[in-house]
Amino acid sequence: MNMPLSTSVPALRPGYRMQWEPVQDCHVLLYPEGMVKLNDSAAEVLKRVDGQRSVGEIIAELQTCFPSAAELDADVLAFIGDAHEQHWIRFR
Amino acid sequence: MNNTGSVFADSRPRPEQGPPLWLLAELTYRCPLQCPYCSNPLEFAEHKQELSTAQWIDVLSQARALGAAQLGFSGGEPLVRDDLAELIGAAREMGYYTNLITSGMGLNQARIEQFLEAGLDHIQISFQASDGEVNNMLAGSRKAFEQKLAMARAVKAAGYPMVLNFVTHRHNIDQIDRIIELCLALEADFVELATCQYYGWAHLNRAGLLPTRAQLEHAEAVTNRYRAQLAEQGHPCKLILVTPDYYEERPKGCMNGWGNIFLTITPDGTALPCHSARQLPVTFPRVSEYSLAHIWYDSFGFNRYRDDDWMQEPCRSCPEKHQDFGGCRCQAYMLTGDATQADPVCSKSPHHGLILTARAEAEQPQPGIEELTFRNERTSRIICKG
Ligand code: SF4
Ligand code: SF4
Repeated sequence: MNMPLSTSVPALRPGYRMQWEPVQDCHVLLYPEGMVKLNDSAAEVLKRVDGQRSVGEIIAELQTCFPSAAELDADVLAFIGDAHEQHWIRFR
Repeated sequence: MNNTGSVFADSRPRPEQGPPLWLLAELTYRCPLQCPYCSNPLEFAEHKQELSTAQWIDVLSQARALGAAQLGFSGGEPLVRDDLAELIGAAREMGYYTNLITSGMGLNQARIEQFLEAGLDHIQISFQASDGEVNNMLAGSRKAFEQKLAMARAVKAAGYPMVLNFVTHRHNIDQIDRIIELCLALEADFVELATCQYYGWAHLNRAGLLPTRAQLEHAEAVTNRYRAQLAEQGHPCKLILVTPDYYEERPKGCMNGWGNIFLTITPDGTALPCHSARQLPVTFPRVSEYSLAHIWYDSFGFNRYRDDDWMQEPCRSCPEKHQDFGGCRCQAYMLTGDATQADPVCSKSPHHGLILTARAEAEQPQPGIEELTFRNERTSRIICKG
C-alpha cells in the first residue's frame, strides 16, 4: 500500500455515501449494491473527507478532538491508504 | 446492537433476529425481453396485480423504519412503471441508497436526468452477451444490444456509478474476455459476471445453459488475469465473478441465512425472504394484510427456515451448519421435492448424485440457443396450465 501524502486531498468516490444508521447503531458506507459498517474511528475520519481538507488537516483536526489518542496520525494514514486502495476515496 | 425494540411500538425486544438491511422491490413482472434464464417465477403471467404507488411508498417507509438501507428497484423491467421517478424520490428522501436494476429497455436521456433529479444513486444495466447477435437472440429482441450500449454511455455521461451485469452460461462464457473488454470500454465501476443460478426459467433451461467445468475454469483464469492487470494500473473497476454452485462441494450460504438480512417484495405485495422463494410450499404474507414488522419478525413464512430446528440429517449434526445454513431452500425443494433437505450441491447430501448428473450432462452436446424456452407470457400461461 502507498502511504498517502499529507498534502493529498481525499474525496469520496462518486456514488459512495456515508450515513448514520440508527437501527444498526453505527455509520455505514453505502455504494452500488453494497454496504459496510464503519467503526467509530473510521467514521470520524470519513466525516472529514470532503474534497476540501487535506490529509494533514484531517489529522490535525482529529488530534484536537481526540488529544489522548496515541499514534493517531499513523492510524489515520493507514486507514486513508486502505480506503484509497479499496477505491472508496480518490485524491484530487 | 440491532435492538429494534425502541423503533416500533408493536415490537418486543428480539435479541436473536436482526433487522432487514436490504430491500428488493420487484415493481412488476412486465418486461419487454424474454431471457431464458430469467429468475421470475415460471407462472409470472398469473400474477398480474401490482401494488399502487401509495402502497409502494408505504412499504418503503416501513422497511426503512425497520432498518433497510439498501434498496433495489427491479422486476421484470422496473422502467415500465410510470411512477418510478416518484418512488425513487420518496425512497431517497427516506435515506435509502437507491439502485435501479434494469435491462436498459425503456430508458432514455430524459428519464436518466429525471431519475438523477429524484436522487437515484446507481444504475445497473444487464447485458446478454458481448456481441449484438448473441445478445439479441438471448434477449428475444432485435434492437436490444444497441439500446443497451447507448444507455450505458448515457448513464456514465450523467455521472452515475454503473454496474454492468452479464449473466453467463455455456453460450457466452467463452467470450468472457470480450465481455470484460466491453465493460471497461463502457467505463463500468463494477462488472458482475454472474453464471446463471438455476431458478425460475434458468432451471427449466438448465441443460442448455450450464457450462462445462473446463469452460468455467477458463472463465476464472481470464477474470483473474484481468483482475491482476486492473490492480496493477490502480484501475477502480471491480470484477465480480459468480460461479455456479453446481461445481462446488458445499452449498452457498444462501441469502446470508433465511430471513436474516434480505427482504423481497413481489409486484403483488407478497413478502419473501429471497426472490425465488415463491415456489416453496410455504404461504408467504402480503403487505396488504400485515405490517412489515410482523412479517419480518413474527410471520410463519419468515421464521420457517430460520435457526436450525427444521433441519434433517446430514445438516442437523453437521459442524458446518452455521456457515452455509444447509444451503438454498429453493434448490433443495426444486431438486428433491423437500425443502428441509440439505441442498444437493453438498457432497454430504444423499441427493448429490443429481448434481453429478447435471455436471455429466454439461459435458454432452446440448441444443443451441434457439431451442431454449424463452420467458414470455404465452409460455408462462402454457406452463401453468400444464
Ligand atoms: S432477466 Fe430478462 S426477461 Fe427477466 S426480467 Fe430481466 S430482462 Fe426481463
Ligand atoms: S450437510 Fe448440510 S450443513 Fe453440512 S455442509 Fe452440507 S449442506 Fe451444509
